[in-house]
Amino acid sequence: MSVISARMLRRQAVNALALGFASLATLTGLIALVWILGTIVVYGAAALGPHLFTRATPPPGVEGGLLNALLGSLMMTALAVLLGAPIGILAGTHLAESGGRRRGVEIVRFVNDILLSAPSIVIGLFVYEIVVRPSGHFSGVAGAIAMAMVLLPVVVRTTDETLRLVPVSLREAALALGAPTWRMVLFVLYPAARAGMLTGLLLGIARISGETAPLLFTALNNQYLSFDISRPMANMPVVIFQFALSPYPAWQAIAWAGALLMTLFVLLLSLGTRAMLRAGKA
Amino acid sequence: MNSEAVLAGAAPAKSGVGPWGDHLFRFLLAAAALMVLLLLGGAGLAIFWGGLPAFVHFGPGFLASLAWDPVRHDFGALVPIYGTFMTSAIAMVTAVPVSFGIALFLTEVAPAWLRAPIGAAIELLAGIPSIIYGMWGLFVFAPFMADHVEPWLTALFGPLPLFGVLFDGPPLGIGMLTAGLILGIMVVPFISSVMRDVFRLVPQALRESALGLGATRWELVWLVVLPHTRSAVMGGIFLGLGRALGETMAVTFVLGNAHDFSPSLLMPSTSIAAAIANEFTEADSDMYRASLIALGFLLFAITFVVLALAKLLLARLGGSGEGRR
Repeated sequence: MSVISARMLRRQAVNALALGFASLATLTGLIALVWILGTIVVYGAAALGPHLFTRATPPPGVEGGLLNALLGSLMMTALAVLLGAPIGILAGTHLAESGGRRRGVEIVRFVNDILLSAPSIVIGLFVYEIVVRPSGHFSGVAGAIAMAMVLLPVVVRTTDETLRLVPVSLREAALALGAPTWRMVLFVLYPAARAGMLTGLLLGIARISGETAPLLFTALNNQYLSFDISRPMANMPVVIFQFALSPYPAWQAIAWAGALLMTLFVLLLSLGTRAMLRAGKA
Repeated sequence: MNSEAVLAGAAPAKSGVGPWGDHLFRFLLAAAALMVLLLLGGAGLAIFWGGLPAFVHFGPGFLASLAWDPVRHDFGALVPIYGTFMTSAIAMVTAVPVSFGIALFLTEVAPAWLRAPIGAAIELLAGIPSIIYGMWGLFVFAPFMADHVEPWLTALFGPLPLFGVLFDGPPLGIGMLTAGLILGIMVVPFISSVMRDVFRLVPQALRESALGLGATRWELVWLVVLPHTRSAVMGGIFLGLGRALGETMAVTFVLGNAHDFSPSLLMPSTSIAAAIANEFTEADSDMYRASLIALGFLLFAITFVVLALAKLLLARLGGSGEGRR
């Protein structure tokens, strides 16, 4: 009797220990989250101000803001979406609609999943090799191409997944009415899968808005306000990177403010998108 | 999934546009899909091509050389490779148990109403841009390590034979240990969400049988859930490893970019990604740039293998899991 209860006690002690460790691990994760976000908010809020949106990045010792970086990021993101989204949607449609588990389709899916997690600095090197080196200089276009390459696999994946959720009867109904495949896809499938595809695109935009590594040697940086996409272009991540590592307190303050703006944008975009998706499902 | 089969056999229907509309459409779709393949293949080729001068010039010794001397154009990959693997190892040693704990908490411990918000909060960690981790790491976490953790580690482990070397050195804050721990925090959301998702796929009947036989929650997870989901859990871990190996910005901030080899985890070092990020735009000779691109190719190859493994391990459970549900 006592043998059994001693063993029982030990088993329950192990159980309590393991579950206690699980709670502790979760607490550690939450503490890290609060610590990081808290740091960004505290340092960033101290440096916020309207000047961030009205002035370009300053030389050392001069007041300045982030106007050129914000506009540069905006332009390059827009260009990246124009480049990456159509190709991603078409490729995702191909994966979802080419019928069964064909070998080619499986290979593209496999490669796409690897691209999804591939180190973004490698994408930067690739674009450097195929765009920057032949053209002879860094440019906003090169930055946008690198961003599009980060965006592309996200769009492919979500398009593929959402299209496969559209009921087969919808496709059959459209085809039975005599619609050619392209009309069926454009006017039946895409409207039916609109919410999911849009979610994928927005999540992709959230992701590229924070990516720094692919821009370091494609778009580089530009101290001045510039709308010429064939020249080096200022952008939020690289400005934050260079200013944060600079020895000037004024530059570091701008970096913190930029970090706060970027984090808010990225997190609100991804949280909002997920909430929208959940509301759509309910 | 048999929805896909419908279209494969569907002949272009009669309509005003005729079949060429569909041919064109199919061609566009296939071309876009091919583009995805070409991008990955092209990336590998282009980076290999860019790094080729370094591979040719230094030969296989490139992989084993400790040198990194831009003045004499003598470059070797060993220190960055060591830094990449060591920081990733530290990240995995910390992140795997913590992720497992979080998955355990979210599936077994937490009351139902708490699971969604805590799961979402942990996943939020994955949404924070990596440069933010870098800034927090450099300005907040590294000083914290230098003041409160590293002196203590040195006092505790420093005197030990062999092992002590790892914790020998001044408490600088920046270095491989700090970088590895930050990487660990960054990959926790990826690993824990895979673990949580596959733990949920375990059939209810299996769970109930174990609990009905008198197993404790821990015994249920350790003896039933974990063996059942083993390959997917490994896939999740490899996915995290792939992320840790290639992570750039966070590591660049806190690693110190030192090309001198040191066995101590407290000393500044460099990694493949950090060396490229720090030095690429300043590389002033062709051989310097080629060596950095060669490093990039090594990183590409390593992460490709790790991520492919992750995908295969995850696919195995995905197939069997669907069948059993």
